[in-house]
Amino acid sequence: MTEEAKSYGFDTLQLHAGAQPDPATGARQTPIYQNTAYVFRDAEHAAALFNLQELGFIYTRIGNPTVAVLQERVATLEGGVGAVACASGHAAQVMALFPLMGPGDNFVASSRLYGGSVNQFNHAFKHFGWEVRFVDTEDLDAVKAAIDDRTKALFCESIANPGGYISDLEALAAIAKGAGVPFLVDNTTATPYLCRPFEHGADIVIHSTTKYLCGNATSMGGMVVDKGTFDWSASGKFPNMTEPEASYHGLKFHETFGNLAYTFYTIAITLRDIGMCQAPMNAFQTLLGIETLSLRMDKHCENAVAVARHLENHPAVEFVSYAGLESSPYYARAQKYCPKGASSIFTFGVKGGYDACVKLVDSLELFSHLANLGDARSLIIHSASTTHRQLTPEQQTAAGAGPEVVRLSIGLETAADLIADLDQALAQAAG
Amino acid sequence: MTDAAARDPRLHYPDAYLREILTETKTVAAVGVSKNPIRPSHYVARYLKTKRFRVIPINPGYAGEAVLGETVFPSLAEIPADRDPIQMVDVFRNSEAAGGVVDEALEALLDRGLRTIWMQIGVINFEAAERAEKKGVRVIMNRCPKIEYQRLFGELRMGGFNTGRISSKLR
Repeated sequence: MTEEAKSYGFDTLQLHAGAQPDPATGARQTPIYQNTAYVFRDAEHAAALFNLQELGFIYTRIGNPTVAVLQERVATLEGGVGAVACASGHAAQVMALFPLMGPGDNFVASSRLYGGSVNQFNHAFKHFGWEVRFVDTEDLDAVKAAIDDRTKALFCESIANPGGYISDLEALAAIAKGAGVPFLVDNTTATPYLCRPFEHGADIVIHSTTKYLCGNATSMGGMVVDKGTFDWSASGKFPNMTEPEASYHGLKFHETFGNLAYTFYTIAITLRDIGMCQAPMNAFQTLLGIETLSLRMDKHCENAVAVARHLENHPAVEFVSYAGLESSPYYARAQKYCPKGASSIFTFGVKGGYDACVKLVDSLELFSHLANLGDARSLIIHSASTTHRQLTPEQQTAAGAGPEVVRLSIGLETAADLIADLDQALAQAAG
Repeated sequence: MTDAAARDPRLHYPDAYLREILTETKTVAAVGVSKNPIRPSHYVARYLKTKRFRVIPINPGYAGEAVLGETVFPSLAEIPADRDPIQMVDVFRNSEAAGGVVDEALEALLDRGLRTIWMQIGVINFEAAERAEKKGVRVIMNRCPKIEYQRLFGELRMGGFNTGRISSKLR
């Protein structure tokens, strides 16, 4: 990042980064380039583009003007050198690991993750010959012990979904650095407004842009951001970055592209060959959302604190697990890593267990029962019967999604209305 | 670039300054350029050529051969006068060797149009830079002119890289 960008505030960057007036038309809002392919100036230009000699648009699978604005916007907000967008948060996890991993390699991941990630890592990744090693990241010795010569990454969520847990980014970054592996942080729940993982030792940041970044639940999307400071050549563990690439005449990515190597690889190999590109329309909708990210996150956090405080004192509630509450064991950590707020998803335990949870969910009027988070509207889900259903009871509990737990994603409504809706539904659940 | 280099204020250059250098430079002497097309030095030189810079390759290892359609010279002093003015020397050597290249450039090219000495990513020599700046020659260290050109003139923006360019002007 240059000094010029650093001097602008977050609110300015969330509106302007990556988006100049459209050079072709002067359009001030970023146009939707709903377009598949791009004309070459001449044969020399075409050759230069295909050789990665020159950057430009070839085909929307590997680059699109609307998507590029979103990429630069998120790269700038996170403080990375570059970002690559893709179709979903799940695709982003494949995309983030693809340059690092080969068959027989492993990565170490926090056991406190979104249930869909646990499934993807445990089962789908086996098809690539990738092994995941889940550890409780509160046990730093266990994290160290899980890393071996074939470990290629350490992975966690900054604010874990389903909520309440904040990863100790600096402690984990130190372990990753000691082992010579990149530290990958999913920053979906926190967003770059609340948490800046690169400032705490992360090397790669991953997003499901579907959530708070988009903010209006219209558009799927994922993103991988590179800080640009990991030394891919130091260990010989990352041949995709350092060895000759046969599909580009023997070019070596790290040698050729320096601190942009990981981003170039992701565009030139991962997007080209795996093809999980983001649709231009989705990038446009997500850009609209990001324009108001800081304003929304402040309100999300303010509402979440109000609702969580109320629930904490509610007789039908066993516990509230939210790092924005002083009672949370992770409150101090939240103050350190996300001082502006602990985002707006959290869990609480309902007296009466599984059945009471189901009754509660069915009795709410304003909250929507669905599998998403980060919507402008408030959401509820009973993780054990839905998103975390495929997990074993032990995995559910380890992920903070036991049978008596419901997860809220607090939206932008009037807080008193949310509290009133929860009160009436909890009364029915208890009855 | 490393974290330490990224934080060193002596290695930060305003965008307007870099843009001015890359706009006024027409001819670049590329010291240490390789003839292997996948080596970074060759890659950068070829890129500059596609952007209409004239690139004069300097490499004693294959003096007299042609690289990118230009004759290779063994040293800066041996560039024929018909190539003048040579506004920039781009250094593809290590930080220590860069000191000698800077002295050679100041000796041979100061009255032949030299305005800028540019050292590639990882090449940093503060003492040599001071010697050049005392003679009125601008020095850029630890940067790649290809990446800076791509960043400042719109190409990196097409790839979704963080260009640091914030502007509501129509360009």
